[in-house]
Amino acid sequence: MDAMTLLVVAEQKDGVLHRASWEAIAAAQTTGQPVTVAVFGSVAHAASAAAELKAADVAEVIAAGHPAIESYTADGFTQAVTALVGQLSPTHVVFAHTYQTRDYAPRVAARLDRAIATDVIAVKAGPVYVRQMFQGKVSADIVLDGPTPHLVTLQIGAYRAEAVKKGAGAPVREMAAAVDPAAIRQKAEAPFREAKQAVDLTQAERIVSVGRGIKGAEHIAVAQQLAAALGAELAASRPICDAGWLPMERQIGSSGQTVSPKLYLALGISGAIQHVVGMKGARTIVAVNKDADAPIFEVADYGIVGDLFEVVPAMIAALK
Amino acid sequence: MKIVVCIKQVVTREWQVRIDDSKTWVRDKDASWELNEPDAYALEEALRLKEKHGGEVIAVSAGPARVSQVIREALARGADRAIHVEGDALATADAWTTADALAAAIRDDQVDLVLTGLQSDDQGFAQVGVVLAERLGMAHSTIIMDVQVTPSAGSAPGGNLRVKRELEGGWFQWIEMPLPAVLTIQSGINQLRYATLKGIMAAKKKDVRVVPAPVAPAARQRIVAIQLPQKAKQTRIIGGSPAEAAKELVRVLREEARVL
Repeated sequence: MDAMTLLVVAEQKDGVLHRASWEAIAAAQTTGQPVTVAVFGSVAHAASAAAELKAADVAEVIAAGHPAIESYTADGFTQAVTALVGQLSPTHVVFAHTYQTRDYAPRVAARLDRAIATDVIAVKAGPVYVRQMFQGKVSADIVLDGPTPHLVTLQIGAYRAEAVKKGAGAPVREMAAAVDPAAIRQKAEAPFREAKQAVDLTQAERIVSVGRGIKGAEHIAVAQQLAAALGAELAASRPICDAGWLPMERQIGSSGQTVSPKLYLALGISGAIQHVVGMKGARTIVAVNKDADAPIFEVADYGIVGDLFEVVPAMIAALK
Repeated sequence: MKIVVCIKQVVTREWQVRIDDSKTWVRDKDASWELNEPDAYALEEALRLKEKHGGEVIAVSAGPARVSQVIREALARGADRAIHVEGDALATADAWTTADALAAAIRDDQVDLVLTGLQSDDQGFAQVGVVLAERLGMAHSTIIMDVQVTPSAGSAPGGNLRVKRELEGGWFQWIEMPLPAVLTIQSGINQLRYATLKGIMAAKKKDVRVVPAPVAPAARQRIVAIQLPQKAKQTRIIGGSPAEAAKELVRVLREEARVL
């Protein structure tokens, strides 16, 4: 492998780091090549996040601050990150694949006219990037072409935050982010939560979760009966909540709650990554699905390949 | 308002993915196809905006001849006309190639708003909408759950946009920006309508302009191999009749996993 220099773009909100930033740093450190970490935001927020980041064993932490990027906007961050990448000329720029980087990292790549690989789950020698396709049914090895820097966003959970090598305290450089406020077209309002999170699924010991395989609102009752028999909370994957068959507050996944119960029983859930990130921390995962190739079986400890409308009543009977 | 909706045809969710002999793509010759789900929500949102503000909805798809299926479907649901950027290589193209093909088809129209799904169910880059915005020089926002448009007075182009963007873990944020803009739409933003017989008949008379794919610069991303994913865990598949399997599952959850 040719010599690499890596720039990790960390993410903060109100000065507090997004946990996936540590995962991106851990991934960059595995190369054994020099790593610089940059964090963007208002001057105070960038500095506060940098003070956390300097614990990592990296060459330098850059706090790139500007009042115009106190709130995240696609235009503001595209400008600021594009400028810093141009200035540092790393060979690789590493991001966590968060809702924020999904919004602007491809635009940075397009503006720089450099290649980007998104939602990468592993990096092999080369570098060859591994990413999922067809809803997780296959994984693809890809290479990026054209001049560097190449940009990479890493799926949340693909690397472990605990694996970050800590150092003696990396030097922190505070600098002004290169932003032209007049060129920011978006105006962001304060983030808010819609549903009162009346149901706190994170505290549930057991969860029965339903997916598209439940087929209709009229079948929710059978899952409800199984949940009652198991002493479990009822939850769902996103399409079920989108359809209004269960309230949004019972959604598990990247746009819903992240849970780690003792038992997670997935009924008719295919196992798209947006769902799996919300439940893969469960101690015991059981999947019931009629498709033996469904990706949910990759994370399941126990599986039944079959029709949930036959299996679930049988389970209720067996529990009595 | 002139609204463009970029749609992609993808293999159906039920289709059993099989790897082809080249080991760099799937054997999709005999696959069944459908409209990419987030794109269907983008189309629905465009139709609702047109019903509210008037104007025109143009469906644009970049792909081989087979994508005429989803173009017809979009027209049947209510799109006014369509542009098909046709090229066999677009079937497996990277996001840049696709964005270039779409941009070439859209660029000359005075478009107010471009909508597309937040990502595709096949390659799932989640890049095309964002790269397209950069190519067109438009503002953008992604993962959108509500769209409010205030058109400018009279027939003047432009106006203002207020959109609800989804953040992680149940958070949202309203964002304002001027038109023209590109938005990537999240599934579940609205309730989908389905084509009526009348719509299907009307679609036959609607204009579909077929344009060749532009000569794109070299792709930036190459698939060198695909494989079935490696299992993260050893899954114990419990066989037998539903009654036998259910009984055995309850036993192992009690006695082995000890979670009941």
